[in-house]
Amino acid sequence: MKKDHIRELVVLSGKGGTGKTSISASFAVLAGKAVLTDCDVDAADLHLLLRPEVEQRHAFFSGNEAVIRQQDCTGCGTCLDICRFKAINTTGASYQVDPVACEGCGVCVRFCPASAIDFPKRNCGEWMVSTTRCGPMVHAHLGIAAENSGKLVSTVREQAWCIAVDKRIPLIISDGPPGIGCPVIASMSGVSLALVVTEPTVSGLHDLQRVLALARHFSVPAAVCVNKWDINPGQTERIEAAARSAGAEVTGRIRYDRSVTQAQHQQKAVVELTTAAADDIRLVWKQTAAML
Amino acid sequence: MKKIAFSTTGQTLGAELDPRFGRSIHFLIYDLELESTQLLDNQQSRNAAQGAGIQAAEIIVRAGADTLVTGHCGPKAFRVLDAAGIAVYNCAAPTVGEALIALRSGSLSPASSADVEGHW
Amino acid sequence: MVAKTHGRAARIAIASGKGGTGKTTVSLNLAAMFGAPVQLADCDVEEPNLNLFLRCEQLTSTPVTMLIPEVDANRCTGCGACGELCQFRGIVSLGTRALVFPELCHGCGGCIRVCPSGAISENPHQIGTISVGQSRTIRLVEGRLEVGVSSVSPVIRAVHQQLRDDMPAILDAPPGTSCPVTATLLGADYVLLVTDPTPFGLHDLKLAVATARTLNLPCGVVINRAGEDQVGLYQYCQAEALPVLLSLPDDRQIAEITSRGDLVAHVLPEYGLMFTELADKLQQEVLKVAGGRA
Repeated sequence: MKKDHIRELVVLSGKGGTGKTSISASFAVLAGKAVLTDCDVDAADLHLLLRPEVEQRHAFFSGNEAVIRQQDCTGCGTCLDICRFKAINTTGASYQVDPVACEGCGVCVRFCPASAIDFPKRNCGEWMVSTTRCGPMVHAHLGIAAENSGKLVSTVREQAWCIAVDKRIPLIISDGPPGIGCPVIASMSGVSLALVVTEPTVSGLHDLQRVLALARHFSVPAAVCVNKWDINPGQTERIEAAARSAGAEVTGRIRYDRSVTQAQHQQKAVVELTTAAADDIRLVWKQTAAML
Repeated sequence: MKKIAFSTTGQTLGAELDPRFGRSIHFLIYDLELESTQLLDNQQSRNAAQGAGIQAAEIIVRAGADTLVTGHCGPKAFRVLDAAGIAVYNCAAPTVGEALIALRSGSLSPASSADVEGHW
Repeated sequence: MVAKTHGRAARIAIASGKGGTGKTTVSLNLAAMFGAPVQLADCDVEEPNLNLFLRCEQLTSTPVTMLIPEVDANRCTGCGACGELCQFRGIVSLGTRALVFPELCHGCGGCIRVCPSGAISENPHQIGTISVGQSRTIRLVEGRLEVGVSSVSPVIRAVHQQLRDDMPAILDAPPGTSCPVTATLLGADYVLLVTDPTPFGLHDLKLAVATARTLNLPCGVVINRAGEDQVGLYQYCQAEALPVLLSLPDDRQIAEITSRGDLVAHVLPEYGLMFTELADKLQQEVLKVAGGRA
């Protein structure tokens, strides 16, 4: 399949917890067949609904970290003096690098008079290729205290593209990361459409505007849907007006419905249950898919 | 203008012009005098957690190119290219070959600044 | 490891594996019902939004700076040593001159050290802003990262430095488990984890507990939207010896009040009482920990 025929939809939210993952999983079911990715590598949850069977696991490396070879360390203390990140700990005459504090600048490695510091690549997590009932899935998880750069997200997306081309699947659906930082940019650059899921709250409006500004920067078409819209209809209208004036299309509203949690308990997408929110999500999907 | 660098996903003049600069798959260098091409891999920049554009710009500088044709160029990469005296042209042509024709026909004008916001 | 400063008032971080669990709601209501003057630190420096609720009338701002190299073009020989050492592309050598990219610099000082011609000096460069304000009994300390800057942790550390030692502090952490979270937790004595009884909530709580334990920090749990527990959240907490300090009911009124930018503890007295009790329990927990360590 030619790359031009593949469409990629990323589901975003300003803050986390707006229902992004529940909607992504529902879209995966409604699309019939798509390549799915979980780009929320910091707190990946899509696998809890799609129950992927992992077929491949790959370690993910990013940057380096300093490690002192105890047998070669002379205890001169140079590393302790020059480290700007307070990453060198001493116990008696022995020196160790605190991996949490080490930023991987390599200064101690370069200036250790005994050349006793190694600088291996830092293992920051892993990424996986799996199969699900809705199609292939690429997902990942970042290690604790690892730096959440966009690199792992880019890796996940590249794999998804390879699979889409290879298996002739014309659609990629990504559960995106929260926020507006580097991982979000990595998840949205060059996609066909970004759907921003927001809630009708004061912070929801604030975060939405930042995500939409980002979409404009990267010339990515944007759509907006308001989840739990009925908890504050007034704010929903303000959000929809703000979305339209920021050049985004409004593709629907989803009501507050406890069945969303029920679906989670049953490890299902909301649309796999018969509920009011499922009907709402179907309409959002119809509107959103029409923009792809 | 002597050596022109193109960002590309492929390996030949018929290949797609990669709209990304920093995370482009390859760079194809076209020598106008010799009418020859040289392919450079951009894997190292693509692997960078941050500063891919800067690293890609260094590759172009080291290759001795004096001109770059790409889709979009961010501010950091532009600063490096500008400091090294490399002219940057933004081009929406689908292939490298078509971008080369557009450049030679004089229908592209050099960028005076980055045309996209930087990543962070 | 957290160095305990003797005589410093307790610092409690509010964290969760991911956003949307009600971390901000808990931070704000706990601060409002603390019963004594308290500091509230917004450590979500990429998206600080506590002041959207507190609406402090006046904020006093101070810049956060980091030392960034500056190259003296007359002395630079273009040897390339700086660019070779820099792991972050913060300084790039082009053969004839060196360019600095402040937004990528981590301030490690390596380029200054390695430059053979002494062409590099360091100057402060703004990477963020700390704003301090007052709203009733709450002293807000907000960190905000400059757009385009990648060094999040130094801004979080600057928030910690702005906290007073004589007043307890509640630190609202960013979501997730990556380095901005650990930077926030490194300044805390106790971690209060906010979760809900859903598969996502339990899964993300486990990640957050692992993060806190990596840093040897004691933790307790607030269960938000507590209803029927189908995932075994309480059992997990019991098995892991995590005290459940508050269960907030799954009450639509909380979502509605918070969506307006109001505090549920102010609007509904029964919730005010719950957060007062949470504050009491936290003080006991922190005392227990301090006692255990003394």
